[in-house]
Amino acid sequence: MSDEILSFEEAMEKYDPVLGFEVHVELNTATKMFDSAPNEFGDTPNTNITPVSLGLPGVLPVVNGKAVESSIKLGLALGCEIAPVSHFARKNYFYPDTPKNFQTSQYDEPIAANGSIDIELEDGTVFTIDIERAHMEEDAGKLTHMGGSAGRIQGAEFSLVDYNRAGVPLVEIVTRPIVGAGDRAPELARAYVAAIRDIVKALGISDARMERGNVRCDANVSLMPKGSTEFGTRTETKNVNSLRSVERAVRYEIQRHAAVLEAGEKIVQETRMWHEDTRETTAGRPKSDADDYRYFPEPDLVPVVTDSEWIERLRGELPEMPAERNKRLKTEWGFSDEEFRDVINAGALEPIEATVAAGAPASVARKWWMGEIARIAKEREVELTETGATAETVVELNKLVEAKKINDKIARQVLGFVVDGEGKPADIVEKRGLAVVSDDGALSSAVDEALAAMPDVADKIRAGKVQAAGAVVGQVMKATRGQADAARVRELILEKLGVEG
Amino acid sequence: MSDINRETVAHLAQLAHIEMTDTELDALASELGIIVESVASVSEAVSDDIPATSHPIPLKNVFREDVVGETLTAEEALSGAPDEADGKFKVPAILVED
Repeated sequence: MSDEILSFEEAMEKYDPVLGFEVHVELNTATKMFDSAPNEFGDTPNTNITPVSLGLPGVLPVVNGKAVESSIKLGLALGCEIAPVSHFARKNYFYPDTPKNFQTSQYDEPIAANGSIDIELEDGTVFTIDIERAHMEEDAGKLTHMGGSAGRIQGAEFSLVDYNRAGVPLVEIVTRPIVGAGDRAPELARAYVAAIRDIVKALGISDARMERGNVRCDANVSLMPKGSTEFGTRTETKNVNSLRSVERAVRYEIQRHAAVLEAGEKIVQETRMWHEDTRETTAGRPKSDADDYRYFPEPDLVPVVTDSEWIERLRGELPEMPAERNKRLKTEWGFSDEEFRDVINAGALEPIEATVAAGAPASVARKWWMGEIARIAKEREVELTETGATAETVVELNKLVEAKKINDKIARQVLGFVVDGEGKPADIVEKRGLAVVSDDGALSSAVDEALAAMPDVADKIRAGKVQAAGAVVGQVMKATRGQADAARVRELILEKLGVEG
Repeated sequence: MSDINRETVAHLAQLAHIEMTDTELDALASELGIIVESVASVSEAVSDDIPATSHPIPLKNVFREDVVGETLTAEEALSGAPDEADGKFKVPAILVED
């Protein structure tokens, strides 16, 4: 049964949303957080396992130094302070995805805290989101529910557990409450998660593939009546694992909360599960005793102690952040806001950057990647970079066009042959004899033939109707299968008829 | 008096998944009460500027290189499992979603 919802517009007239996010990032280290089992996706179940991964008695976890450095880098990229001393803690709960009956996490001494990032929405509006903390922890195993309908937990007879993921390094990034987003809240939610994904990707610390769960978001939503400053009761929506889902889930929860409040009822503080198929949330478990995690310091792990020398070395290794890079590229390329936004949304930023680096002008790179290559990608339902076209293809095509070896139309044909695997543009032009005919001898006879075939038109041109030359040019282009240099053809026609251009 | 009463013990027992009888709850409430009071007397001996100790030896930054080591096979991993299926640990139906 679906919950009542209010229209988004009505909800926004009466309430102000408050958001909060917990984003989990899986690090792409070679091994797990506390043991040397491989951190590898998709392997045979229960093979990336050591006794530590299983929490067997008597084992001793040891912290992965690289995971700590990745976490510090992420903290720095989020503008956080890095803790001089940071401890691990046990978060105690019983659930079969955690073989130890506790998750090794951090509690009151996270590795990074008090940061902020600016999030730019599509129309250029900037929101600053404050980061409360980013802490290190480990992922849990993967459960498969059997016997129920479609893998759902309800009605399952039993569950199967694969502990390959148990112990994979995670960083959990927690925001402070985000107030004032208004009707931009769903859009901001999406942009925030996208920004985190882009940052961890740029840092090279995560594969950042949301469809594999490398970046996962829990979205907190509450409403307060317009004019109020007191936060309402919040719900935490889990399972929002694509950018589209984040936007939709936040929008849905705002609408659902508004309907509950309008009916004079109270929001139940609970976990909600997002279902992408129905685009709704359903009630998960209520916040209760189960959340009494009885954190205590992890006795088997010693503190992480940082000093300025270590932190500054890591800061020095930080690459340019995505937001700064975008600003720089937009200026360097001289694109308008709209052009640049389209490039980003089309996923053409990297290909264009590579193409410019390979020697093509930015406008040319944009024309190809946003034009013919985008068309081919759409037609074949693949990513731009999976079409078979590369930066070098575009550079070479452009050189051929600039040298007047081929025209734009032929260049598009050549691209088609390149993506069909026929080789490099120059070789294809050579092999298929596609080079523009600009040799006057060949063109001259083609023009003569065309004029002879169209005596009326020739007379008109002689009489001064220069624009009629277009018809003759068309005839010549047809006769040369589009390979003639059209400008030169026009010159020849006028020359032969003794008319000034 | 400590804050440990019968309800607190029952709550902790539930969190720890330990089944206890009424008699055991009563007995443990008073025993735990004494233990907690005894431990509390330690805090009278220390001042606020002494940090809590979670580790007896002042070690720090014990890190491991990020290099893959020896792993168990699925058979070894499952050898101690109460039940298994398809190379995975088989567990009873979970009633609540997390």
